Amino acid sequence: MFIEHQGWLAGVAVASVATAMPASAQSPASRASIGPATFASVLAPGAGVKQATVERYALDREPVTNAQFLAFVQAHPQWQRDRVAKLFAEPTYLSQWAGATTLGDKARPNQPVTQVSWYAARAYCQAQGARLPTWYEWEYAAAADETRSDARQDPVWKERILGWYAQTSGGALPDVGRTPANVHGVRDLHGLVWEWVEDYTGLMVSSDSRNQGDPEKLKFCGASALSAENRDEYAVLMRVAMLSALEANYTTANLGFRCASDGGTQP
Amino acid sequence: MTRITNAVAATFGVAAITALVSHAPGLAPMASAEAKPAAVALAPGDTGGSLKGDFGPPKGAPIKAVLTSPPHVPPAVNRNYPAKVIVELEVREVEKEISEGVKYTFWTFGGTVPGSFIRVRQGDTVEFHLRNHPSSKMPHNIDLHGVTGPGGGATSSFTAPGHESQFTFKALNQGLYVYHCATAPVGMHVANGMYGLILVEPPGGFPKVDHEFYVMQGDFYTTGKYREKGLQPFDMQKAIDENPTYVLFNGAEGALVGDNALKAKTGESVRMYIGNGGPNLVSSFHVIGEIFDKVWFEGGTRYQENVQTTLIPAGGSAIAEFHAEVPGSYVLVDHSLFRAFNKGALGILKIDGEENKLVYSGKEVDSVYLGDYAAEQGVVAAAASAAESGTLTLEQQVKAGEARYTGTCSVCHQANGAGMEGVFPPLAQSDYLMTDKKRSIAVVVNGLTGKVDVNGKTYDSVMPPMSQLTDDEIANILTYVRNSFGNKGEAVTAAEVAEVRKTTPRPAGAAH
Repeated sequence: MFIEHQGWLAGVAVASVATAMPASAQSPASRASIGPATFASVLAPGAGVKQATVERYALDREPVTNAQFLAFVQAHPQWQRDRVAKLFAEPTYLSQWAGATTLGDKARPNQPVTQVSWYAARAYCQAQGARLPTWYEWEYAAAADETRSDARQDPVWKERILGWYAQTSGGALPDVGRTPANVHGVRDLHGLVWEWVEDYTGLMVSSDSRNQGDPEKLKFCGASALSAENRDEYAVLMRVAMLSALEANYTTANLGFRCASDGGTQP
Repeated sequence: MTRITNAVAATFGVAAITALVSHAPGLAPMASAEAKPAAVALAPGDTGGSLKGDFGPPKGAPIKAVLTSPPHVPPAVNRNYPAKVIVELEVREVEKEISEGVKYTFWTFGGTVPGSFIRVRQGDTVEFHLRNHPSSKMPHNIDLHGVTGPGGGATSSFTAPGHESQFTFKALNQGLYVYHCATAPVGMHVANGMYGLILVEPPGGFPKVDHEFYVMQGDFYTTGKYREKGLQPFDMQKAIDENPTYVLFNGAEGALVGDNALKAKTGESVRMYIGNGGPNLVSSFHVIGEIFDKVWFEGGTRYQENVQTTLIPAGGSAIAEFHAEVPGSYVLVDHSLFRAFNKGALGILKIDGEENKLVYSGKEVDSVYLGDYAAEQGVVAAAASAAESGTLTLEQQVKAGEARYTGTCSVCHQANGAGMEGVFPPLAQSDYLMTDKKRSIAVVVNGLTGKVDVNGKTYDSVMPPMSQLTDDEIANILTYVRNSFGNKGEAVTAAEVAEVRKTTPRPAGAAH
C-alpha cells in the first residue's frame, strides 16, 4: 500500500515541477555513458537468476552538490524546506543549510547535498530531464575501479570501501570530485555518501536480516542477497541494508544522490 | 509440550492461566480436567517460565528505566508489582581506543561497549525506544534475548540514522539476557561492539550484596596486528576465520585495570553480571584467586556452588557471586589463556582491607629450587659471563653447549650424536660437520633442506632454522658437538656465528 501511494505522490510532485523551467540543467558531458552490461549482482534478479542486465545509460559523474540543489529549490520553491509537503520530506530535510534558500557556513557549495528525501531527489532529477539511477545501474557503475569495470574480487577495492565504514562521520563531508574517476569516468560512488536509487523499495531487506532461511521472505530479493554465498559482497550489501532502512520521506546526514538518464551517447 | 501449552493458551487466554497459576504457588492443582493441568503443572521449585511470568497489566505510573554504562549496574528494581518501564537507548558510532594508541570505530548502544545495562522486573511491560543518532552511517536494530517474539524485537526496531523506532514487550522470563544488533552483516555489527545485558529480575529480586558489577567479553578483528597503532578497520576475513586480534572485557584493553579496576573491601560480597557478546568465542570466565560461591550459570534461574571457571557462550551470560576474604588484586581472565595474556582479556578486581593470614598466609618461604635446570643454567651463565670478560675457555663452551644441546639437538641427533640412520644424519665423527666450520654454523642458523651426504650415506630431510638460539648459544653448541662423540675441533666463537648470520640469505618466513 505504501508503495502504491508513493508512486501516486511522486506523480503529483513530478507534475508540479514539470511546469517550471529547468533550473540548473546539467550539460550532457557531466554524465558518463555506461553499458549495456550483464553482471553478477549481489541482489539476484530472481530465483535461480544471478545475472542482472542494464541497458545503456548515462550517470552523473559526481553526486549532486549543495549549490546545484540550491539552484533547484530557488527555481522550484515548493521544494524549499519551509514549504515542502511533510509527506515528501521529514523535518530534517536540508536542515544543514542556514536557511530555505541560503547555504550558510555549514554547507559548502561543492559538498554533496544530503538530508534530502527520495521524493526531493527524484524531483530534482526530473527537473533536469533525468531520473534517479536504478539499483542495478548504480551497482554496476560502482563495481568499477580506475582500470577495471569489475574490481569486486580485488581485496584492495573492498578495503577502500570498508575504510569509509570504519570512519565515524563526525567531521564535515568532503567536496565532491575528490576521489579518482573510475573506468567509466564516474567519481565518489564509494567513500563519500550513501545515494538514493529509484527502486530502493524493491531492495527490501527483511528488517531482521537473519530471516533468510524463511521461505516466506524469499519474495524479497534482499533475502537471497544476504545468504552465505554472497558474504564476500558484504561491502555492497551494507549499502543495500542502509537503503532498506529508509522511507521515501527520510533524510540523513550521509545520504545524497546523483541522476541518470536512458541511452547515453553510443559507444 | 509446546503444543499443549499453546492449546491451553488458546483456550483460556493468558489471563486465565495467570489466575490459575497465581492460586497455585509451587504446586499446580490437579483437579480440574478442563484446565489440562499437565500443561502448567510445576515441579516444586520450578518457576514455570514464561507461562508463569505474566503478572497482569502494568500498574502505577510508567517508570523511566535507569541505564548505566559498564562496569556499573542500575539499582535493584525493588518493586512488588508489574509496571510499564520506558527504555530509551541511543545507538552511536564512535571512535575510541581499543588499546593504547590503537583506535577503532565502535558501534554502540549508549556510547559504550558493552552497551547500557537495562534492569527490569519479570512481568514488566517494557516500552522500548531505539534511537539511531543522526551522525550514524549505518542503520541498526536490536534483538533482546529477553524478548518473546520474532527476532527478539529486531523486526520492529530497524532504524535509519537520525530516526527512532518503538516497540513494546512483556518480560515474561526472568534471567540475565544478552541484547545485540541484528542488522546485516550481523556478525560485523556485533564485532563492532553492539551488545549489552538486560536483567529481568525475579519477582522477589535478588538478595542484597555490597557490590554489583557489569562485565562483558567480546572478540575484535582488526586488519592490523595486536597493538598495531593508528585507526584499525574491521577485518571481515579474520572474523570469518574466528581469529580475533583482541579478546576484551568491556571493549578496551585496560577497561578494567589501573584506575578503572573494580574495587571492593574484605568482608564484602560481590555479584558480577557477566555477558559474552562474541561474536565468535565462548568464554571460560575465571577470577584468579577467587572461587565463585554461586554461579547462576547461563544467566538462568538455578545456581551452582563453589565454581572455579564458568563457561559463558557467545550470546549468553552468567551471574557470579563471591565473598571477599583476602586483600589483593584478583585478575579476571578468559582462562583460554592466550586470549588473556596475548589478546587483552584481562581485568582487575582490587580488594582492599586487612590481611587475613589464617585464610591466606602470603609467601612463607622463599628458597631456591632449581632442580636439574639449576645446573644447566649455571654452566650457561658461567660461559656467558666468561664470554663477556673475554676469558671463555673451550671447556666452558663445551659445558654450556652440552646443556643447550640436550633438548634442542638431541631430539633428532640423539644424546650420543649418532643420529638415526637414513633419517637424521650423525654428528659423531661426521665428515659433513667437521670439514666445514662455516657451513655447520649456517646449517644451525638457517636450517637445511634437501640431500646431503654424511659419512657416505645420503640423507634427504629437513632441519628447521634454530631461530630461537642466540649467537652465544650456537657457538657453544657447535663447540660442544665439535669436541664430543669422538670429534675433535677448534672452538666456534659467537663472532663467527654473527658473521654467518649476517652474510647468509634468510629463508622466507624465518625469524632472525
